[in-house]
Amino acid sequence: MVVRVQREDFDVGEELARLSEGNHGIGGVTSFVGLVRDIAGRQGASAMTLEHYPGMTERQLEEIEAEAHRRWPLQASLIVHRFGRLKPGDRIVLVATASAHREAAFESCHFLIDWLKTRAPFWKLEETPDGSHWVESKDSDDIAAERWKKARS
Amino acid sequence: MKLLYFAWLRTKTGIAQEEVAPPAEVRDVASLIAWLQTRGPNFADALKNPQVVRVAVNQEYARPDHPLSAGDEVALFPPVTGG
Repeated sequence: MVVRVQREDFDVGEELARLSEGNHGIGGVTSFVGLVRDIAGRQGASAMTLEHYPGMTERQLEEIEAEAHRRWPLQASLIVHRFGRLKPGDRIVLVATASAHREAAFESCHFLIDWLKTRAPFWKLEETPDGSHWVESKDSDDIAAERWKKARS
Repeated sequence: MKLLYFAWLRTKTGIAQEEVAPPAEVRDVASLIAWLQTRGPNFADALKNPQVVRVAVNQEYARPDHPLSAGDEVALFPPVTGG
């Protein structure tokens, strides 16, 4: 289980190679990469700044990851989340899970990104031509996370 | 007690973090917010709708009835938008 919160970009290929390196019990790796969209709710966002709560962020991500390991038979997992100023097309987040079989890898990766979106303390400040705006949370994210409560617990 | 404010809670209150000594009637999260609302127009505005304010006590999510003590780190922030 690895959690990293960083300002720098990451290389998806390197991260995935390192995740499964030397572990031949892994039969499949699923990954999700989140990117900055150029229109995220408002027209013409030129950049955004991701603020977070150092300390709580890492703690929440570690808890979410531990929960995934309780629910699925995972061999390895990784969450990398960036903060600071990002532009459209930039990578924001990488979630990856590795298991003996694909089903556990797919499901747990989906679970991790859904839970991360509703629990990890990050906030997006979008820059637009008419000023900066805090992005509002989406009900659809809550509904996506809620699904995992009903499915197993 | 250490208070932290994030995102628009920080921009509306104008404070990122502060040390406070709340009065004795502040025993839980709900009474802390009620007291903070009385600390000036910027706090009244930032906290006018407590349902949209999330609270963490010592870096764990906390409900309105969560008890508080003097050494706690309490963070106030809007619903999260990462990922």
